[in-house]
Amino acid sequence: MRHAIEIRGVEKQFRLRHEKSLKERVLRVGRSQPDEFWALRDIDILVETGSTLGLVGHNGSGKSTLLKCVAGILRPTAGTIVTTGRVAALLELGAGFQPDLTGRENVFLNGSILGLSRKEIAGRFDDIVAFSELEQFIDTQVKHYSSGMFVRLGFAVAVNLDPAILLIDEVLAVGDEAFQRKCIDRVREFQREGRTIVFVTHSMTQVQEICDRTVVLDHGIMVADDEPAAAIRTFREHLYAKQSQLAEGATGSGRNTGAVRDSRRTPPTERELQATKRVTLTDVVFEYPQSDERGHVLASEPFAIRVRYRSQERVDDLMCGIGIHDTTGRLLFGSNTKFLGVALPTVDGEGEIVLRFPSLPLLGGDYRLSVALQSDDETVVYDWSEQRHQIAVLPVDRSHGVVALNMTVEV
Amino acid sequence: MSGPVVVSARPTLAVRVRRVWAYRELLVGLVRKELKVKYKNSVLGFAWSMLNPALYLLVFWFVFEKVLRNGVPQFPIFLLSGLLVWNLFSVAVGAATGSIVDNAGLIKKVAFPREVLPLASVGAAVVHFFLQLVVLVVALFGFRSDIAWSYVPLLPLALVVVIVLAAGVGVLLSALNVYLRDIKHVVDLLLLAWFWFTPIVWQFRSLADPGTAAERLGLLNPITPIVLTFQRALYARLETESGPILPDWTVAHHLSLLLVVFALGIVLVVVGEIVFGRLEGDFAEEL
Repeated sequence: MRHAIEIRGVEKQFRLRHEKSLKERVLRVGRSQPDEFWALRDIDILVETGSTLGLVGHNGSGKSTLLKCVAGILRPTAGTIVTTGRVAALLELGAGFQPDLTGRENVFLNGSILGLSRKEIAGRFDDIVAFSELEQFIDTQVKHYSSGMFVRLGFAVAVNLDPAILLIDEVLAVGDEAFQRKCIDRVREFQREGRTIVFVTHSMTQVQEICDRTVVLDHGIMVADDEPAAAIRTFREHLYAKQSQLAEGATGSGRNTGAVRDSRRTPPTERELQATKRVTLTDVVFEYPQSDERGHVLASEPFAIRVRYRSQERVDDLMCGIGIHDTTGRLLFGSNTKFLGVALPTVDGEGEIVLRFPSLPLLGGDYRLSVALQSDDETVVYDWSEQRHQIAVLPVDRSHGVVALNMTVEV
Repeated sequence: MSGPVVVSARPTLAVRVRRVWAYRELLVGLVRKELKVKYKNSVLGFAWSMLNPALYLLVFWFVFEKVLRNGVPQFPIFLLSGLLVWNLFSVAVGAATGSIVDNAGLIKKVAFPREVLPLASVGAAVVHFFLQLVVLVVALFGFRSDIAWSYVPLLPLALVVVIVLAAGVGVLLSALNVYLRDIKHVVDLLLLAWFWFTPIVWQFRSLADPGTAAERLGLLNPITPIVLTFQRALYARLETESGPILPDWTVAHHLSLLLVVFALGIVLVVVGEIVFGRLEGDFAEEL
């Protein structure tokens, strides 16, 4: 199999120097050891011609640095990168647009910066304008464009370059939804045409939708090079392992609770303020299949939430409710023990209620959990925790949306 | 379309030159952009480029013909013959030096041969030169000034030499300026000093007699032979009642001096390219 991009043993070291002028340099001679850090360590990636590779990692993991090295903007400290075919890098849409020139003039200038001849640009000019949907404004100076128009024109030029290799750095996250859709469709068209794509993203949805393979970077080191679903799993595990380490270091507890909102920092909601604390929530623990340490659940797996409480006195009307929200706060599921026809026994002291799900029919993503302890007529709030816990659901396949409907296919 | 390219390697000089050639349309595009942006929204547009020397002509004609009387007949013609080509050099070098830093946004986001930026600054200066030359030519006829036609064929060569020189110096300084931002300021000052070291306002022969150390010293300035060639061809007077103005050199002598400067220019281009090539790999992180 031929490789469009071969990355072998690539390392990149950055020197952080802050003094730029002669005076500063003279003054600091001898005592300024430039700070050095490795942005990339020992990266080996072979990208097959016609495949799509996703690069994920948290901020500062080295994804963009790697992309810039492939694009030829940065030169690696060690290692080799070999590319075959014209490379177009979309690191920033509309980079190099001159505000004082018109859209038309900028298309030509930008095209030639990206390596196209005037003739080639002239041949594609109509396509570019049509794609950008800026027919009316093409002879207006770019400084009068809205940021959305700017980005549309930039993308339109870049995707009309006819590159063999397309490098995309988080640019798909811009523009309105319709335009984003259009961009993704264009990327798919590129895939069908057998072009090679490498793209950096924070969106796990896009990774699943578009990639054939995904590389996970963490502090410049490759931690996974796998098919997307597996790579995302590794990424999440990696991330959550780190978060829980931090949490443990700070509080010495809180494992598996997926706590994301620190009650000291996030102001209490109205419901939380109503809490009488006759019964208090002491802990919310997620019970993951196989291992309690895992920190995530697959949609197909059983899952349980253990709600632990302590009551100050005898309470005979306790009811426990939960809500599962998406990251925007929209309620996806809400229920309580009373709806399910279970009357909780009279409580006094500590206790635990276990809420079980044979499977969690949600697609990959982060969800938030609210837990409530109330009187069964819902008039008194004993304790309330509003979206303070996070459930990480990992994707099983590349379907997208929110709900994992059990679809099968017959042909 | 193309075979495998080792992106990570430092390209050799030959590869770099070929790459710049492949991007020649960008060079033209950037020059065009520079001119368009400069005169965007101005009613007179390119005419401004010509108004500047025209005004010079008028002011100097008035001052030196009517008020100061420095003994150089048609002094404005003498001045412009040397000044325009000097302006070409100094504007080109000044703009080229800052070109990489000024285009940081582009350097950090797009891969293209970076030399194109300083070269485009030189290109824009060349276009300005030609616009201003139109004024000089009109003035030559207006003042019914003599032209030494036998020296005119040297002018295209002198122009090429000054462009090569400016390109070499510009490419070199643009790269150094990324690492040491003081360079831009130093260059602006040096160009001012250099201007007065070049026989543009003063007359070469009035300070440097033939065969003297002063003449040899004067010719150490690589711009001097270029300026002298322009003056010899377009001003054409060797002396006045008050004394000698220009050296009485043959076409061959002018040619040999120009060729020496040309060789120096080529050396500077190669040195500039080598230094540029060593430094450009880190441009994106230094900016």
